[in-house]
Amino acid sequence: MGRYQDRMHLLQKDMMARYYAELQVSAEGGGEKAAYMLVSGNPVELVRAFGLLPVFPEVNALQLAVKKQALPFIQKAEELGYSIDNCAYVKADIGCYLSGRKTPLGEIPRPSLILCNYVGCNVYLQWFEHLAEYDPTPIFNLDIPFTRLDHGEPAAEDVAYVVRQLEDLVAVCEGLTGRALDEARLRRVVELSAETGELWSQVKALTRRRPSPFDAYFDSVTMMAPLYCLRGTEECRDFFRAAVDELTERADAGQGPLPEERFRIVVEGPPPWPYLRTFRDMFSRWGAVAVASTYSTVGGLWEFGFRHDPDKPLESIARHMLQWNLTNRNFLQRYDQIRRYVEEWEADALVIHSVKSCRLFSAGQGDMREYFTKELGVPTLLVESDLQDPRYFSEAQMKNRVDAFFESLSHRRAVTGAAS
Amino acid sequence: MKRPVAAGVDVGSTQTKAVVLDAERRVVARSLVETGANVSRAAERAFEAALDAGGLAPDDVAAVVGTGYGRYKVSFGDAQVTEIGCHARGAQWLFPGTRTVIDMGGQDVKGIRVGDQGDVRDFVMNDKCAAGTGRFLASAAEALSLPLDAIGSIALCATSPVRLSTVCAVFVESDVLSYLAAGRSVEDILGGVHSAIAARTVALVRRVGLEPEITFTGGVSRNVGMVHALEAKLGMKLNVGTDAAYTGALGAALFALERAQAGVPRAGLAAS
Repeated sequence: MGRYQDRMHLLQKDMMARYYAELQVSAEGGGEKAAYMLVSGNPVELVRAFGLLPVFPEVNALQLAVKKQALPFIQKAEELGYSIDNCAYVKADIGCYLSGRKTPLGEIPRPSLILCNYVGCNVYLQWFEHLAEYDPTPIFNLDIPFTRLDHGEPAAEDVAYVVRQLEDLVAVCEGLTGRALDEARLRRVVELSAETGELWSQVKALTRRRPSPFDAYFDSVTMMAPLYCLRGTEECRDFFRAAVDELTERADAGQGPLPEERFRIVVEGPPPWPYLRTFRDMFSRWGAVAVASTYSTVGGLWEFGFRHDPDKPLESIARHMLQWNLTNRNFLQRYDQIRRYVEEWEADALVIHSVKSCRLFSAGQGDMREYFTKELGVPTLLVESDLQDPRYFSEAQMKNRVDAFFESLSHRRAVTGAAS
Repeated sequence: MKRPVAAGVDVGSTQTKAVVLDAERRVVARSLVETGANVSRAAERAFEAALDAGGLAPDDVAAVVGTGYGRYKVSFGDAQVTEIGCHARGAQWLFPGTRTVIDMGGQDVKGIRVGDQGDVRDFVMNDKCAAGTGRFLASAAEALSLPLDAIGSIALCATSPVRLSTVCAVFVESDVLSYLAAGRSVEDILGGVHSAIAARTVALVRRVGLEPEITFTGGVSRNVGMVHALEAKLGMKLNVGTDAAYTGALGAALFALERAQAGVPRAGLAAS
């Protein structure tokens, strides 16, 4: 048995290094043409079927934040007129784009296609339109209707509407690559996505065990990069096979990410990337381990049974975009997702990390806290900083809230323990 | 045989307080010093000053608990407890009937629901920004060129308080200036300032439930205008102690005494 996250972590590093090396080659004029896309509910299978190289500006932005290199780019965008309240992913990426597209992991190629899979975020629509304006590039906007029916399923006409747009996108990609869609290849890519979804879902089921073999918030991040950037490839599917093996082994051996699992938490909201380690340590010192997180479903929600279908490639891509990713879901569906995590993964508490520069996703989290504390009796902590902008992170304020929260949970547990 | 004593040190952003308790939970000494730039040193100074005041030696102290923003800088402490836990415990010691604590400091406002043992049942804090905290009052006082400790009693003389459009600690200055320009009295402006914060605080604390008795702690509890405004909004009297500034240190000392009486060895000394 190796060190915590031993093999999986190394595999991930290798894979992502190879992916960024591909981007570098493309940036230098060789390799495949780049298609810019957004993480949430994306049709990467279609892009892969055409041999295009998917590029995710969000992933590039967060890499800058993790390496603490985002602020100069954010400020550059603000100098151009972007508001302080504007999404900081957008500002970091725009600033970086206009400064030569160099990130700590390599140079990012210019896009041959800007594919805006507008899922859940209208700011992103403008982000991609701005990129297309700064560096004239063909842009294709997908219009994905928001989940709006009580039962949470997309209407049949919504699915048909998205499939028709995907057919239009096929024609655009054919024009761009000069190749007709290879249906056998698309089928294979979708099949690999389905296998990957199944394996990822198995990984997520493992955190129901006690102790949880990994942290479903902080460690899921390691698995999310290949899941999003490389989904639909054999390499990605093989990575998740290795992840299932390693994490099952850990679970069977009773090993968790911390020496002792004292609290099982569910985390809502993206992490503060510039202070990821600091933020994680605030929870680790209390023995708090995330057993589920909504953030790990931002690019797709597989743990409740969704799988891509090689027999209906476009329709299943459409369903993934419409229904099976976090950001296209309505608020009641988000409540329900968290409720299931708390109940089925047997969590003690909910932690909400609210993002200052993303009101679109964060609005309503105050009500969410009320619902979980008052209606369901789930202790809930709400803290706020930002996913990207380091200026919003106040360590002392944050630590105080986290400490006080776990102090009172500890006390409650001691009192309940003494009473029983 | 020496009687064991226990100490709590509350390192706040402006002032650091230390309280020493004897085995019967009586305060035997206390101190208050300015925190200044060296936080670790402030904790030591406050601790030494309290020992001096009580005629005690460091070895007389069986346990030390640190609290406040600088709690991890209490290098000689055996444990750290947030000021939320300490205010609950301290307020319950001062007023045994306490079920809710409203703690208003320079940078934050907290509502704490307290169990009958002084334990924290639930708490709520202002989210990140300083809107509606003591800082708001300080900005209003600055805009009016008045000392901070004078504005509370002036606010009590308001006859028709203004309605402020903000609880933002930055924008309050321009709001105050525009009311001055419109000819409103200083009393009415300050009445509006206090009532705006009271309304926001009560709304915040309602989230944990406002069960009486309610004890008001923190630096702002010394402001009579705020006590009055909160009582008016709540429709009930608040417990307000003259020693509210020591509530956190007192709570920390109570935690320390529990450690000492449970026989937990001193971690702070062993480490030094």
